Amino acid sequence: MPEVPQNPIEFFLQNAAAIGPQLHLIIWGMVILCWGFWTLPRNGGRGLLYRFLRLFQHPAVLAVGGLTMASLQLYRLWGVNSGPAFYNMITLDSFALYFDMLFLVAAFLVVIMSYKYLDIEEEQHTEYYALILFATAGMMFMAGAIDLVSLFLGLELMSLSTYVLVGFLRGRKRSNEASLKYFLLGAFSTGIILYGMSLLYGLGGSTNLHEIGRQITQLEDNSLLTLSLLMMMAGLCFKIAAVPFHMWVPDVYEGAPTPITAFMSVAVKAAAFAIFFRIFFVAFEGLWELYVFPLALISMVTMTLGNVAALTQQNVKRLLAYSSISHAGFVLMGVVAGTERGITASAIYLLAYTFMNLGIWAGVILLRRKDIPGERVEDFDGLFFRHPAVAVLMLIFFLSLAGIPPLAGFIAKYFVFTAVLEVAFTQGAPYSSLMVWLAVVGALNVVVSMFYYFRIVVSMFMKTEYLPVPLSFSKGLVVVLVVTGVFTLLMGVYPQPFIQLAQFVNLPLI
Amino acid sequence: MKARPLYLLISPFAMEATLFYILATMLVVFAILTVTAANPVRSAVYLISALLGMAGLFFLLQAEFVGAVQILVYVGGIMVLFLFVIMLVSVREVETQRRANRQWKTALVLGIVLSFELVYFVVQGADVFRIDTISQDLIIESQTLNTETVGGLLYSTYLLPFEIASVLLLVAMIAAVVLTQKQL
Repeated sequence: MPEVPQNPIEFFLQNAAAIGPQLHLIIWGMVILCWGFWTLPRNGGRGLLYRFLRLFQHPAVLAVGGLTMASLQLYRLWGVNSGPAFYNMITLDSFALYFDMLFLVAAFLVVIMSYKYLDIEEEQHTEYYALILFATAGMMFMAGAIDLVSLFLGLELMSLSTYVLVGFLRGRKRSNEASLKYFLLGAFSTGIILYGMSLLYGLGGSTNLHEIGRQITQLEDNSLLTLSLLMMMAGLCFKIAAVPFHMWVPDVYEGAPTPITAFMSVAVKAAAFAIFFRIFFVAFEGLWELYVFPLALISMVTMTLGNVAALTQQNVKRLLAYSSISHAGFVLMGVVAGTERGITASAIYLLAYTFMNLGIWAGVILLRRKDIPGERVEDFDGLFFRHPAVAVLMLIFFLSLAGIPPLAGFIAKYFVFTAVLEVAFTQGAPYSSLMVWLAVVGALNVVVSMFYYFRIVVSMFMKTEYLPVPLSFSKGLVVVLVVTGVFTLLMGVYPQPFIQLAQFVNLPLI
Repeated sequence: MKARPLYLLISPFAMEATLFYILATMLVVFAILTVTAANPVRSAVYLISALLGMAGLFFLLQAEFVGAVQILVYVGGIMVLFLFVIMLVSVREVETQRRANRQWKTALVLGIVLSFELVYFVVQGADVFRIDTISQDLIIESQTLNTETVGGLLYSTYLLPFEIASVLLLVAMIAAVVLTQKQL
């Protein structure tokens, strides 16, 4: 047993660098919770102090403040890898930094697209923003964890916050149903992951991922290892919404508040992928031959089934839910490749997906007006004739999701395909053909996905009849649309800095 | 040679084995009674007894901290909460309901799989896991005071998970308030 630190505060401060951004988020989350208790008088005059406090009256402003502070902290720690901290529990390596950045961007955009939506739904509460911050902190713990214990607790912190956020529209039956469904299935999948972890602990004799990676290569009999691997794979596939475990996705994405759906499809998924990488590339390092076949199969089925099911959807939220399932299949291609290029490809895919998908969801939130759910495909009718700028932006996002050059989605798809094909050319007989098949299925799916994205595009540009009810614009939503639009274009036209950023992501072996 | 007193014939080891079988039988019997009892209040009380048996097993393994927590948290806290909830619903109505779940076939298959796994481990013994690689310090420490070790580990190796768990509990509390309060 290691020495108990004599001065716990000093010990904490020495190690705090590795969890700096998380600490900011948690503290600001608590501040937001307390802030909700007292309100400023409505008419406090025109004094400077009053106006200043008035500005911070809205919890969204505080949440943005917290996220900004966490981002600044992250920026300060960028490139400074202080190594494992807290007795090898967590680290802030380039991998964690990249994913932390992604989570912060997603949380920031989600917070500013939420406040108007919550006003319309009449559920404007401080807890919402605090829970988003806590969930983001949980994701960061997941991305940085190098130990099964901290990894699992990070996962739970994220999941628990998300369960509540999904059910945040408390008056609506569908939201409650979604929350309960997500909670029950999520708890079950967590149990399966935990089972896999316990087997892994038994086999590796340690909860440290690097230590497990070292120990399990020396096993003679790997039947139990296969069992553990399959359990982990099943549980993690639930979290990233890959096909045999995707049943919950359409219902939950449909019932959840739309900004939370956006948050789940982007940040929660990315966090699950982060631990997927950590576990498969660190703990299961050298077992590529063992997991490549099931994982490639899952990837293919996920892409295909997601796309095929999306074809017939009438509800935009369900359609996008299936589309997000199929994108998870594409990101999995990078994991299947199992190379450094594969990690880079998946990382770049997740970043591109963050921007283009949040843009789409911002468009769906625009359509939610008082008394109009705005969730059907027909609600997009004639958008071009009312708000040409919004319609063109949405077109860009849809084209990008479909993977058309020169947009972010194209670069992302280009990278995952080249990562897979690279493996096809360097590996031996069964693997090379598997990789080629994976690439072929992926390419076919790009064509299928074009069809249902263009259904919405057609209704935006070809239909001329529309409801004469103004869209629910807010400053935050405009910012989201502009930022995501700019980045979607920029990543496609000038991808170099983003590629460099993603190449910075590698999993260092200690 | 002088005859040994009778009580010495029961070696400490045998004593432990006897205790184990008593506690294990208690655990299994009460666990079965928990699922078969018609009255939910009885079910809860049986569950409490089963958990007490489990706590006894922990004490037998010299994990007195886990045993005490088992009694305090499960028996003292959670089960009392269960009982309160049961008292609030109509017991008579529940008694007449069908108790077998519709998914009992799935449960049966899962149960068989799990028992096969159990048999596998019993046959294979502990060798399937790399006990030898578990750090020697831990094994030595476990022979000293268990509670002290748990405390030491919580404030050294597991300090960060301990802190994350506290945030997790805060989130759980907020969750309960958010999802149940009519007026926030």
